[in-house]
Amino acid sequence: MMSADTHPLTYRVNLAQPLDLKGYEAQEGYAALRKALKEMQPGDVTKVVKDANLRGRGGAGFPTGVKWGLVPMGADAPKQKYLVCNADEMEPGTFKDRLLMEGAPHQMVEAMIVAAWALQASRGYIFLRGEYVVAAERLNRAIAEAKAAGYLGADILGTGWSYELFVHTGAGRYICGEETALLNSLEGRRANPRAKPPFPQIAGLWGKPTVVNNVETLCNVPHIVLRGGTWFQGLSQGKSKDAGTKLYGVSGRARRTGCWELPFGTSARELLEVHAGGMKDGLKLKCWLPGGASTDFLMPEHLDLAMDFDTIAKAGSRMGTGLITVVDDKQNIVSVVRNLEEFFARESCGWCTPCRDGLPWTEKVLAALEQGQGRPGDLEVLEQLTRFLGPGKTFCAHAPGAMEPLQSALKYFRAEFEACIAKPDARVAA
Amino acid sequence: MSEAAIKLADLPAARPFMLHPDDRAAIEHETHHYEDPRAASIEALKIVQHRHGWVPDGALAAIGEVLGIPASDVEGVATFYNLIFRRPVGRHVIKVCDSVSCFLTGYDEVKQAFQARLGIGLGHTTPDNRFTLLPICCLGACDKGPVLMIDEDTHVNVQPDHINELLEQYK
Repeated sequence: MMSADTHPLTYRVNLAQPLDLKGYEAQEGYAALRKALKEMQPGDVTKVVKDANLRGRGGAGFPTGVKWGLVPMGADAPKQKYLVCNADEMEPGTFKDRLLMEGAPHQMVEAMIVAAWALQASRGYIFLRGEYVVAAERLNRAIAEAKAAGYLGADILGTGWSYELFVHTGAGRYICGEETALLNSLEGRRANPRAKPPFPQIAGLWGKPTVVNNVETLCNVPHIVLRGGTWFQGLSQGKSKDAGTKLYGVSGRARRTGCWELPFGTSARELLEVHAGGMKDGLKLKCWLPGGASTDFLMPEHLDLAMDFDTIAKAGSRMGTGLITVVDDKQNIVSVVRNLEEFFARESCGWCTPCRDGLPWTEKVLAALEQGQGRPGDLEVLEQLTRFLGPGKTFCAHAPGAMEPLQSALKYFRAEFEACIAKPDARVAA
Repeated sequence: MSEAAIKLADLPAARPFMLHPDDRAAIEHETHHYEDPRAASIEALKIVQHRHGWVPDGALAAIGEVLGIPASDVEGVATFYNLIFRRPVGRHVIKVCDSVSCFLTGYDEVKQAFQARLGIGLGHTTPDNRFTLLPICCLGACDKGPVLMIDEDTHVNVQPDHINELLEQYK
């Protein structure tokens, strides 16, 4: 049975008919908000989030409390500060934030208020991808209800603190999920990333202190406020030193694909074999992406690893969003990687040269290999590209992310790539 | 030489564009959500597109005037985002997810079925102006692939033999 104690994020999720304000309040809704605003100082909220060891669920795993701790506080701090929810879920293979926003919109709204109290933010934006039409409608309705109930607006619950919340819908482009590109997009500009430093916590939206957090990260905050850091740490049941639950999932050709809230550190094998019921009949697992298109492939022998940030990193990949994509043995790995690189090439914002030119080059080489028209030296070119587009060589993490599946596919399936290099006479014929 | 040169007068004139009063009011309302009116540029483009189906040339200056920014900035934004159309599209826009989970579960077959049924490739519009076919990146319903959107509706677990029935819902 799902309860607040075991499935805090999803026990109130109802996709068909999400709880309205009254229904949500009847199930502890806005209790965290009341507790935070009436009994806690803003700094106390940040402290409990730090103590809980909440790490960002958007893919990078940065400690949320540390991020918040960098925001200027007190009388000398700028009056305008912003909290932005990154709800631009577009990482291929990721479908968790949609569930939280469509199924429990009031939880998202409450999270946006409690977190804003900790930061003493003046305004919040939920940066939602334009395609999430249902989520936009439900969030806007929840915001209107919360406003009417006095949870948003001027002098909330008599504290003297005023806060407004808006849903801002985007118009496409994966790069908007990059924190600083998101801020440019929110300001009504092209979504090119910004140079860091200054970090958004100091100078973000319109140059004001700004925190950007993922949907799932924020939705944990009211529960931590209500039940405390020790409770939150206990949710992972000793499976990981990371705390809390995690929305994990499986997509690809498995029997029962889906998304489930489970203790942090649940193994990939449990996700695939227990929750997803294994691969579809007649198919075997060839390899898997642990958490989105921008994570390195792992192999069947890695299935017993705990799905947490450090364990997956040690195996040479990243946990990313934690929703795994399984590749079956009927797939040609060169085609799968070509598909991934086509995505990254198309979604490059074009701001920096290595990414803008290197990704289409990568895609072109892979497309030729896929057609059996690869040339001797192509694999070396691809390997060189993984270095030229790697961390530190580009303006943001887009191209380095794109190189992760490519470099790991080359490592594990080199023979399949080599088989795509045309014999000299075949090349002439083409 | 001079005979071959194109005279400005011979070029088709940009059609005059008038921002609908309701759209102007909606855009002005949006600007109040932000510290800087420029932030409403994407929403403004969506408002215009909602009425016209796409963003005609003349709309750029009209939006720029309301927001107090150059038309070239509006164009820079319009051409960056893939859900803003700078060319006319059909009455209904089909957006087929081509990202990895859908690719693994049958994107190619679905795409080919659409192309065969509509007689057009990706990026094109049917001659009767009913459908435009576009690829789109991950729609966040990967457990139910293949996934696509038609206008604002998301359709999941799409199979090639569903397509006729699906298209009949959009006249």
